[in-house]
Formats: sequence, structure tokens, C-alpha cells
Amino acid sequence: MTGHSFLFTVFALSTCLSAIAVVISQTVVRMAFWLIISLGSTSALFFLADADFVGAAQLLIYVGGTLVLLVFGVMLTASGPYLKIATAPGETIIAGLAGLMFLMIVFGSIQAVDWTGGSAPEVSRQRDVASAVSSGNTLRPIGLSLLGLRVDGASDSDGGIEAPGYLLPFEIVSVHLLVVLIGSAYLARAKRSRQSAGGNVSVA
Amino acid sequence: MFAANSIAEYLDQNVAWLNGCGYWVAALIHALLLIHVFALSPFAFIWLERKVSGRIQDRLGPTRVGGLFGWLQSLADGIKLIQKEDLCPPAADSMLFRSAPYIVCVASFAVFMVLPFSHGWVAVAADCGLFILLAILSLEVFGIILAGYSSGSKWSLFGGMREAAQMVSYEIPLAICALIPVIAAGSLNLGEIGEMQRGGFWNWFVFHDPFTFFAFFVYFVVATASCKRAPFDLAEAESELVGGFHTEYSGMRWSFFFMGEYASMFAVCGVASVLFLGGWNTGLPFLDDALSSARLNGATGAGPWAAGYLANVLGAFVFVTKASFGVFVQVWLRWTLPRLRIDQVITTCLKYLVPISCFLFLGATVWPLVLLQVSQTTTLTAPLGDRFGGALGEARLRGSVPAASVSRAQAASVSVSSVGEVAR
Repeated sequence: MTGHSFLFTVFALSTCLSAIAVVISQTVVRMAFWLIISLGSTSALFFLADADFVGAAQLLIYVGGTLVLLVFGVMLTASGPYLKIATAPGETIIAGLAGLMFLMIVFGSIQAVDWTGGSAPEVSRQRDVASAVSSGNTLRPIGLSLLGLRVDGASDSDGGIEAPGYLLPFEIVSVHLLVVLIGSAYLARAKRSRQSAGGNVSVA
Repeated sequence: MFAANSIAEYLDQNVAWLNGCGYWVAALIHALLLIHVFALSPFAFIWLERKVSGRIQDRLGPTRVGGLFGWLQSLADGIKLIQKEDLCPPAADSMLFRSAPYIVCVASFAVFMVLPFSHGWVAVAADCGLFILLAILSLEVFGIILAGYSSGSKWSLFGGMREAAQMVSYEIPLAICALIPVIAAGSLNLGEIGEMQRGGFWNWFVFHDPFTFFAFFVYFVVATASCKRAPFDLAEAESELVGGFHTEYSGMRWSFFFMGEYASMFAVCGVASVLFLGGWNTGLPFLDDALSSARLNGATGAGPWAAGYLANVLGAFVFVTKASFGVFVQVWLRWTLPRLRIDQVITTCLKYLVPISCFLFLGATVWPLVLLQVSQTTTLTAPLGDRFGGALGEARLRGSVPAASVSRAQAASVSVSSVGEVAR
């Protein structure tokens, strides 16, 4: 067993075991804690695969962003000291069935993939990227392909410019998120200002 | 013999009995070195904090413990803390209560993985080092929120809530301010960013353009707040919240929070020094040129390797001095300014620091275009393209970047500029 596969096993096990612990534990904040371990180990798997940008994004968005908001929400809204979620036996059975079905889908797709290696032209196309990755140069290809310049040779002719890149869809999504953010801030504000206006009138 | 680019490479090539396990030994060496940085920086800075606060408030600070200036005070504190009983209140969620200090410690320790201490002295030379660093820094909050929540105490809960609100809002200007020098550099690789500021303090990114100049000060304020230092230490306000999130902690678990805090102070000041203050470069052109040529000769075998190694040691010394000066300023601020209220902390961030940093970010993106129109260059002092080309060429000489990728990067930059021409 090489060092790489040993580390892969360690992090894959910790991902899966803490994912199971998320399901088993009853307290919401404990679930969040196990979710940190699970998502952190997933990002470690990304780092092992030399995809350090995706791994860092995983840490920043899911662990540092979403989970902090989750715990923050629990702290602000909980009525008792430790919020618990008790699952009824029926729910457990239904959720177990859904999980089992999903496992079968995943297993089917894993079986369908040919893991022995890609075809020859694909390998030669990817060799360039692999050499860049092994020298630690992982970010520039992502940035250039955002601009529409594919350095992994995905274009058929001379590796020149093709399509508009990923920048346009990325911008559309981010503007959409901004609209959602402003909209929710507006909705949250409108109620409060009306109440305070009413209060002022009654005082006067 | 010392031409290898990393410890792992050297061990694999020269030490036969390791049998290809050089990777593990190198990882162990890196981890041991970083643990010492992580443990010794709080040791030094806690002593510094006591002495500086003593001077500012007209006291002596520690004098009795240890020899000169009471330098063993931190060790005495450590021995005291180890001896204390490890308490867990009955109302607490014991598993979360016990694990929260470790999350803080691990997060602030992991930051040092991607932080370069000198030219090439970095445990993980990732291409998106700054991005990984910001991601790991954002994890430290989680331990503090968990500590506040799981203590089963009102004071801790309020401290944890304040901390969550403060950190979530201060992360935004922190990331934006860290991006401004990245725009000037065109790279997220901290090693590359540091190397670009070689040759004179006017090449430091703080003097790159007016926007990076102001961004440095905004970054420093935001970094102080993100380490929950005074005047932004509402999460642990002693006078109103007893101790905030760490009210219920004692002994080593309590001290883990503070080790994490001091280590992350050092880390954010180190990032400031790499991004804005030239990192391991001295800022004096004759010294910088001599050091970099010594490094280059040592690496290629043209000169003595010891000279190159000593140049790196000097670089690490310069880096640590700059970062420690940042920590000193943070300590100075803490004992000078009164604590803000929590609403003032949030107002400062959301109404002032976020708009200011967004404006600086926009300005930094527009600045090269304006300069291009006015004076046909993209930077005031030196053409960035030449410097970047020089750095890449040097890296190619050292053999860390294969020739193919250099030519590809050049081809890419050429085609990107042609896109710009078409657009114009």
C-alpha cells in the first residue's frame, strides 16, 4: 500500500464514519460538528487528488460558511438549551429505504465506469495538465479556462480560444445570488420599519 | 547535493535506506518545525504582551520569573496551566465542550502549512496558497462558536453569538482586502507574490498604487478584528460577559484558545507582510540583489550552498521581524484603545469597512487601465511583466518549473493580450 492510498483510505473512512455519525446523533450542533469532520475530510480528499482549489473552496464555502450559519441559526432560534431532533421509527425506515436506493444508484454508476484507464488520445491530451499539476501549477489552467482559454487541450485544433469560457455563467449565477441576497434583506427590513412607524404614531 | 527543491526530493535521491519513504520523513520534519513555530510564537508574544502592557500602563510587567526581563514568564504560566484540573461543567455538552479547543488549535496551526517563511521555505507550496489560507482561517471561528454553545452558560452563549456575528461579517472585508495585492501580483501563490516584491521597498505592494496603500491599513484593522483582539474583543468582554466563550474553561483547554489566538495573530501579520510588505525581502536593493544571487548560485551549484542557505535564513529572520512588528502593533492597540460595543463593531464592519474595501478593490482593478491610457505603462515604478518574467526564468533555472510550462504561460499571456486588443 503506497502512502497516497493509505492517506486516501484514512480520509475516506473518516468522511464516511462521520457522515454516519451525523445521521445517528440527536443534537443539531453535534450533527454540525460531525458534518465539519466529514466535509473537512472530503476537502482533504480533494487535496490528495491535487485539486487544491476545489479543496479550499470546499473548506471556505461549506465548513467556514454554511456550517457556521447553521450553528448560528440554532443559537438564535433554539428555545431550550440543547435542541434535539428525535426521529420517529417510521421516518427512520423511510429514510433508510431512500438511502439504500441512492446507494444502489451510486453502486450501479461505479460499476458502469471503466476504471482501467482512458483511451490513448485522451491520456495524451491530459499529460500536459498532469505535468502542470505535478509542478504545483494548478490554478492558472482554471483561471485561463474561466476566460475561455483551455490549456488542457480540449479544443480540437490549435488550443486557441473557443466559446466564451466559464466566466459568463459564473457571473450570471453570482448576480442571481446577489439579487436573492438583496431581496431577502428587503423582505426582512420592510416588516420592522412598518412596526416602528406605527409605534411612533401611537407615542405621538 | 543541496540542489534538491524540497526535503522529500533530497531524501528520495540521496538517502537510500529510506526506500522511497522520503515523503513521510519530510512531512514529519515539516510538521515538527511548524509545531515549534506554533508553540513558540505564543510563548514569545504572551511575554511581549505583558511587557508592552506594563510599559503602556506604567507598570513593570514580569521581572521575577526567569533571567533577563522575566522571559521565562510564559513557561511559568504554562506549567501552572498544565497542573490545573480539567473541568467540565455538568450542564455542558461534554463531547463538544472537550473538542472545541482542538478545533481552534488545529485551524490556527494548519494556517502555517501554506505560509512561506522565506524563499521556498514553505511546507505546502500550493498554487492557490492564499485561498487555502483564508479558507483555513475561517475554520477557527467554528471552535469558538462550539465552545460558547456547548458550555451550558449564558455568558458563553452570548460570547459565542457575538463571535459568530463578528467573524461572519469581518470575513468579507478580510477576503476583499487580501485580493487587492493579488490583483497587483496576478497570482495567488504566496511564494510568487513575495518573490515579485524583490529589489527595493518601492516594489512592495503597499507602495504599488494608492489603493493597495489604503488596503494595507484596512486589512490590518480587519485582521485585528478577525483575531478577536481589542478593540474588537467583544466575544470575551471580561467586564460584562465574565470571559465570554471561555468562561467555563480552565487549565490547558483554556490555554489552547489563547495559543490559537496568538498563533493566528502571527499568521495574519505574516500574511500582511507577504502580501503588502515584501515578505522576506529586505527592501534595500543592494542587499536584495546580493541575497537572491546567493540563493540562485547555491541552488544551481554555481556558488557555495551554505551562502544560499544563509540567505534563506536571513530572509526568514526578516519575515519574522516584519510579522512580529505587526503583532507588536496589535498589542499596542489593545492597551491603548477602549473596547467597542457590539453594535459599533458590526456597524464599523458593514457600514464602513465593507464599502471601503469594495471601493479599493474596484479602484485597484481600474488603476492599471487608467495608467495604460495616461502613461502607457501598467505600474508606476517597474513594469510588472519584466519582473514576473524574471521570476519565472529564475524558477526555470532552479528546475522547479519545467520549460514547457514557462513557454505555455508566455503563450497564454500573449493570447490574452491579443484578446484585449480585439476587445478594444
